[in-house]
Amino acid sequence: MYRYDEFDRTLVAERVAQFRGQVRRRLDGALSEDEFKPLRLMNGLYLQLHTYMLRVAIPYGTLSSRQLRRLAEIARRFDKGYGHFTTRQNIQFNWTRLEDVPDILEALAEVEMHAIQTSGNCIRNVTADPLAGVAGDELTDARVYAEIIRQWSTLHPEFSFLPRKFKIAVSAAATDRAALRVHDIGLRLHRDAGGGLGFEVMVGGGQGRTPVLAKTIRDFLPERDLLSYLEAILRVYNQLGRRDNIYKARIKILVNEIGAAAFAALVEAEWARIKDDVLRLPDEELRRIRAYFAPPPYETLADDDPDPARAARAAPGFADWLRGNVEHHRQPGYAIVTASLKPIGGVPGDATAAQMEGVAEIADHFGFGEVRVTYKQNLVLPDIRKSDLHAVWRALDDLGLATANAGLVTDIIACPGLDYCNLANARSIPIAQRLGERFADLDRQHDLGPITLNISGCINACGHHHVANIGILGVDKKGVEFYQITLGGAADGAGAIGAIVGRAFAEHEVVDAVAAILDVYLSERRPGERFVETYRRVGLAPFKEKLYAPA
Amino acid sequence: MPLKVITANRLIDGRVVYLTRANDWSRRLADAWPAEDEAEAARLLDLAEAHVRARRVIGVYAFPVVRADGGLAPVSQRERIRTFGPSLEWPPMARGA
Amino acid sequence: MPLLKARTDDAPGETGEVRFVTLDDWRNLRAATPASNRRLGLRLASDETLDVIGDEIVGDLDRFAAIALEFPRFTDGRAYTTARLLRERHGYRGEIRAVGEVLRDQLLFMSRCGFDAFELAEETDAESLDAALAEISVVYQPAVDERRPAHALRHHLPNERKARGEEDRSGRRSAVPAEDDGISTASPDPVAVAANWAY
Repeated sequence: MYRYDEFDRTLVAERVAQFRGQVRRRLDGALSEDEFKPLRLMNGLYLQLHTYMLRVAIPYGTLSSRQLRRLAEIARRFDKGYGHFTTRQNIQFNWTRLEDVPDILEALAEVEMHAIQTSGNCIRNVTADPLAGVAGDELTDARVYAEIIRQWSTLHPEFSFLPRKFKIAVSAAATDRAALRVHDIGLRLHRDAGGGLGFEVMVGGGQGRTPVLAKTIRDFLPERDLLSYLEAILRVYNQLGRRDNIYKARIKILVNEIGAAAFAALVEAEWARIKDDVLRLPDEELRRIRAYFAPPPYETLADDDPDPARAARAAPGFADWLRGNVEHHRQPGYAIVTASLKPIGGVPGDATAAQMEGVAEIADHFGFGEVRVTYKQNLVLPDIRKSDLHAVWRALDDLGLATANAGLVTDIIACPGLDYCNLANARSIPIAQRLGERFADLDRQHDLGPITLNISGCINACGHHHVANIGILGVDKKGVEFYQITLGGAADGAGAIGAIVGRAFAEHEVVDAVAAILDVYLSERRPGERFVETYRRVGLAPFKEKLYAPA
Repeated sequence: MPLKVITANRLIDGRVVYLTRANDWSRRLADAWPAEDEAEAARLLDLAEAHVRARRVIGVYAFPVVRADGGLAPVSQRERIRTFGPSLEWPPMARGA
Repeated sequence: MPLLKARTDDAPGETGEVRFVTLDDWRNLRAATPASNRRLGLRLASDETLDVIGDEIVGDLDRFAAIALEFPRFTDGRAYTTARLLRERHGYRGEIRAVGEVLRDQLLFMSRCGFDAFELAEETDAESLDAALAEISVVYQPAVDERRPAHALRHHLPNERKARGEEDRSGRRSAVPAEDDGISTASPDPVAVAANWAY
């Protein structure tokens, strides 16, 4: 993974000192809250429902064990002993104090971490395929480009006061595990006919009030032109994005209003004027960064999978876990392990300090000291020898991180919701807990197969409910929490925005409603059909009928 | 008009506080000074704004409460959560259906 | 409101006598204004971006001793692009002044985009401003100022702009030596930079 050099270290250290000064000036009265707010947001510090919340950047979801241990320490020392991993591969600390934040940032800087631009109207954490570097379907390591973009976008003087926030995601795999189509810019690496490496550039995706899938404005952008092209897109957006209405200020609105073709033309015109100038990334720098993402020293191993029958005899839980949470690794003899942060009845995406330290320990002992944070709010141990799978399972089980539900219906994405968030209309966590409890049975979960079930506590859609097979949106009806259900969303491939199934459900009705939906799927499906495929074939009607049929 | 209390977040640590009779800030809702009418609420908001200028608190607003169990209770779910903490930590009966 | 400017080789105070006109004014005055008049300044609103009005004014830029770009709210970041294009694309060498809601904490970004004069919202002394500009010494991306991005310094790459014979396009002839190949990005000498500020 990327390691800071003196330049990176200097920048982060200076940033900490800068923020320390800004906090002091706020407390002294030299800065009003209005003046201070954008500054603290650009350092990831929100005022939330209960207190300040700090969002720490985990660039493209990659962490070293040392960094994960430091996050655990911060959770203990400065917070209530836990953290929350988000759909943008970041971590949030819910209970911070303004006076402590400079010290927290300093503790982060010591391990090459920061909270720069995790909020504010600027370019946010660049996310990437969480299985970059290890997945079998990958062309090259997407994180190389995510790191290049990260540096270019950090404290960019021209683009720090955009009309609104800006999110970029990168993938280099056949399967999109980074939800490219719902980002402001999605970049898909692929090869052209001549074998050259480049990007499909998608622009204007997003969720929230107006969910929309990104449009491809360029099928192939040569690798070398990445930064100049991004600069052109951002410049067009900075000038033309709306400044009068924050609900219409994202780039998706601009692309929608003028049309993808017109938008592309503006970008190409601007790009033509800058493409051969100073933003052409030097080969030396590309090589330098790429070297950090070289594969670790894998052993040459036989590619023998643990025998499931033997595993089941050894411990029933282990067989289930092998089935659910272990994925194919490009290197023979190795596997990709998901450490589930979705325990039945737990809070999706939360990890205690002890759990973080435990995962760091497993990564060091059994892996190469690296951990990933996924878009689905889970952790991944990317390089586990197949011969160690049983031991790793035992270790994760001891930590409570071995729930064997990866990719299944109880692998729920949920935002913090009204329990934590100032913007929320309804709680999401209790719904996730009860859904988990209702559908906990693993055999049933496997029978249901891969399903995405996401919950957002408000229209801002941080839980990504729009792109879930079953999406749940919390709404406020005259002070009472209600839940609207959408069906048929998808975050991968071409992407899809879910359709509202009908009137919203009361809190005590939601779990039964989801059960009814799953029953319809089971009765309608053809052999081998996943939930979303059945939905696409039969449409909303059977679901509506079952849910809203007169009693 | 229902009773209203004034709340804010402490600038230095963000913690939720309520304006008291002593024109001070307490972490406990029970210490809050309930305004009985609009004029009183407006007056209390003015007092609170002075505290904002003095850099003690930010995010001042008023919200409705009722008298209950010898003290004050928030009316809305949001304020209940803000007062008592995340609902996941509440006793099971209090969490909802 | 205090106006602080980077010193140039022009006599101090010269640009202080500039008379600013809006774009609408300029449209009316243009024909009647002799080309020799160099005391005019152009003041652009934040929505008068170069993609919209560029063609109209690009040919006239050398008529303006200064161009003032408005920040109606400091969160309106359009002028950063305008300043940058004026410098990099159109070679404007006069003063570019930030007006409106201009706060100390935006100075570094503004300076990197080519602003060299700032009408600040509140009293600030030259030392605070120098401190603001010196807060972050490493930059990751090329911009108008002479600071070279980290990736160029890491590999001791030749200074492309220098090689092309391009002069300092920030409009600011500062006492700070332009970055030479491979020399570290030490923070500018505070004394030298302080001398650059004039009221």
